[in-house]
Amino acid sequence: MNISFFFEVLIGGLLSGVMYALVAIGFVLIYKASGVFNFAQGAMVFFAALTCVGLMDKFGFSLWLAIPATVVAMIILGLLIERVVLRPLVNQPEITLFMATIGLAFFIEGLAQLMWGSQVHRLELPIEDVPLQFLMDKFNIIVSQFDVTAAMVCGVMVLVLSLVFSRTKVGRALRAVADDHQAALAVGIPLQRIWGILWAVAGMVALVAGLLWGARNGVQFALTFIALKALPVLILGGFTSVPGAIVGGLIIGASEKLAEVYIGPMVGGGIEGWFPYVLALLFLLVRPEGLFGEKIIRRI
Amino acid sequence: MFYREAGQFKTSYQADGQIFPIRQDRLALGATLIVAVVALPLLASPYMLSAILIPFLIFALAALGLNILTGYAGQLSLGTAAFMAVGAFASYNFILRVPGIPVLLAFVLGGLCAAMVGIAFGLPSLRIRGFYLAASTLATQFFVVWCLTKIGWLTNYSSSGVITAQKMEILGYAFDTPERKYLLVLFVVAIMALLAKNMVRSNVGRSWMAIRDMDVAAEVIGFRPLRTKLMAFAVSSFYCGVAGALYAFAYLGTVEPEAYNLDLSFRILFMIIIGGVGSILGSFLGSAFIVLLPVFLNILAHGLGLPTSVASNLELMVFGALIIFFLIVEPHGLARLWQIGKEKLRLWPFPH
Amino acid sequence: MQMNEPDALLRATRRIGPVILDLKNISLSFGGVKALTDISFDVRQHEIRAIIGPNGAGKSSMLNVINGVYRPQQGAIIHKGQQRKGMDCYGAAKSGIARTFQNIALFKGMTVLDNIMTGRNLKMKSNFLMQALYWGPARREEIAHRVKAEEIIDFLEIQAIRKTPVGRLPYGLQKRVELGRALAAEPEILLLDEPMAGMNVEEKQDMCRFILDVNDQFGTTIVLIEHDMGVVMDISDRVVVLDYGKKIGDGTPDEVRSNQDVINAYLGTH
Repeated sequence: MNISFFFEVLIGGLLSGVMYALVAIGFVLIYKASGVFNFAQGAMVFFAALTCVGLMDKFGFSLWLAIPATVVAMIILGLLIERVVLRPLVNQPEITLFMATIGLAFFIEGLAQLMWGSQVHRLELPIEDVPLQFLMDKFNIIVSQFDVTAAMVCGVMVLVLSLVFSRTKVGRALRAVADDHQAALAVGIPLQRIWGILWAVAGMVALVAGLLWGARNGVQFALTFIALKALPVLILGGFTSVPGAIVGGLIIGASEKLAEVYIGPMVGGGIEGWFPYVLALLFLLVRPEGLFGEKIIRRI
Repeated sequence: MFYREAGQFKTSYQADGQIFPIRQDRLALGATLIVAVVALPLLASPYMLSAILIPFLIFALAALGLNILTGYAGQLSLGTAAFMAVGAFASYNFILRVPGIPVLLAFVLGGLCAAMVGIAFGLPSLRIRGFYLAASTLATQFFVVWCLTKIGWLTNYSSSGVITAQKMEILGYAFDTPERKYLLVLFVVAIMALLAKNMVRSNVGRSWMAIRDMDVAAEVIGFRPLRTKLMAFAVSSFYCGVAGALYAFAYLGTVEPEAYNLDLSFRILFMIIIGGVGSILGSFLGSAFIVLLPVFLNILAHGLGLPTSVASNLELMVFGALIIFFLIVEPHGLARLWQIGKEKLRLWPFPH
Repeated sequence: MQMNEPDALLRATRRIGPVILDLKNISLSFGGVKALTDISFDVRQHEIRAIIGPNGAGKSSMLNVINGVYRPQQGAIIHKGQQRKGMDCYGAAKSGIARTFQNIALFKGMTVLDNIMTGRNLKMKSNFLMQALYWGPARREEIAHRVKAEEIIDFLEIQAIRKTPVGRLPYGLQKRVELGRALAAEPEILLLDEPMAGMNVEEKQDMCRFILDVNDQFGTTIVLIEHDMGVVMDISDRVVVLDYGKKIGDGTPDEVRSNQDVINAYLGTH
């Protein structure tokens, strides 16, 4: 048993977990502030990545031009979603909104491919996928520079988000809306504008995730399945906690890779497809509201 | 004018409890059955039968199953296709290993196997609810299908993982033409739909709806959540299992795990959303809609000269948009629109 | 709200039987919050027992304990001579206890008739296969229970709305349907949690009449939580007063009305 190989797999898993967390944070943002479980987050990641790449390939934008342009596109998308999908459904039960986001996911996926084509696109980011020299030299562990950069980007984003939430006026409004829609309306918080902002922010988070994932795996339809992977992350971390999403992402990423490498060969491989879900399921049996989630108390 | 109940009084509770209390409805049902059983096999083209009517019926059956679990009992499930797969594989194995077994019995046994898997994977529903439950049904979907690909015994150690479904024969009468397959499927689906309708009207159905609407109050009245939920999973999975077996034997012709993927689960879910959650008729309407829509879009795309990739992307977009549309405009789906239509028909030709 | 003389006389002639439910030293807490502290009282057969007290006194929690929704950390419940530390919901339902809820707990997706039929659940014997076939015994049973449900519908005068989904009914009618659902189980003990909350004067009179009729015609023992003092004093045989989870009064309406502790905590100078 090669100990450095174990660490390699572990760190690789943790870093891929960071990427899952990135997508999961988008979910948490929206769920926290509007109680909507946005199944379309994966589609938004796909759309963002595809738009960026499409702008570069078809219109010759440079990366640094394409990114702001995509940000604009995501903001527009976010506002449109709020206006067309959420506003008419405002008082419906959660399950209805969830199903609406499933429909939204399909719509966005179709739209993205209609606009930019369905072949796999390559995305080049100015970060190289080479192993970190010093780690390789000192410990004989191969860890990609790219993955570490992704982790740092994630960290920065979480920091920015938590600062925005706790220090700014908009952040305070978002937290109020998350707590109680009616009360927020009662104190004059413009609910719809806040939700528009919220979805735009989620769109930008989706863009960051899309760029990183796309650079790693190529921008292709399979990107939408990451949304599904985010579900076990959220189950472990709780649907309403950003730090929980990170912890959940790390656990899922690491355990998935470790299981595939160590248990996989014993049962014919392909464990990655279901292991996170079964893990989440077992976890739920013990703690139905996740690690950091809020315990739901029902008054009879 | 024609659709009035005036003069149709019920003088016993038995009469009041009929499935179709209005005479005009009964006549319409009779006419539909005659068309379905006699006219269609004679007049419809083989393409119409094989590519539209048979999948419509099979998906309607699966949608019925999902409706029982999600619509009536309120347990959101994304694992429908997995239960269908279990039914298909189990039926295949029964026919393979039990010589001379009647094909309908094999389907029933396949359904029972699916029901047992359903009970096993339904156990978490006692602790877990809502989205969390939906997420755990994803575990069912991925794990079960993975098992079916990996366990060689189930696929009779076929090297490609794809096995040809056996012919369906009852007492030597082979069901191999589209007309015969269609009639067999129609027979099975019609009977199971009747059973489902009876169930949802009786205490079983009420127990499901009670658990769905207010589980604490339901417990206080004496409904047992464990038993009720597991019953819902079992019956629902049975229906999906039989549908899955029919899917393999009467439609695809092969038994392969890839056909029972997450995409299929979502399609069935869309059927019940559009058709009407918690409605038997809705399962049929939703299935018809989802089966016919790609056909229309293809015709449309062909007519406009668009390439097929565009058509398939448009299909995604139209699906998604329609889901949202229905949820906004009529959350109870086509079934409710149908009911409203009938209400209006009572008054026709008067405006009010 | 004052009741007439003849009704008060009726109350006086009600045949009250032996103790049917005895609660001894019940203590219930949620985490660190003590909802009930050392509560003891009994309920006699055929009587109407009221539980009163300010908001948050623990009245609903008390009913929840009797009903099996909460298990008390301490104390015992003696029901028909059998001792239990705490009941579970199913056991309570089976032994003839039914209830209504403070915030109506009807099944919004079903009609009035279906809601009342759910109350017959414990009396239904046929299994799901027979119900699927709707044949013979299952059909006969369904019709027999329908007859019973219709009796309750007649009793509560809600015939016109029997096929209406309950979600569409006004609040007062919903409360009546909930009473019907509880009655459908033919309970021995009926727990009513603020059955008249949010009703206007006519609705309250109707509800009072129904409660009295239930007690009179079916002999059902009634334990009820109510804030309207006029109603409580007029229709109940005995009253328990709770405050901050403790019992501060127990006796006939007149005794309780003149109890100084109760006046200080709840009634005020009346």
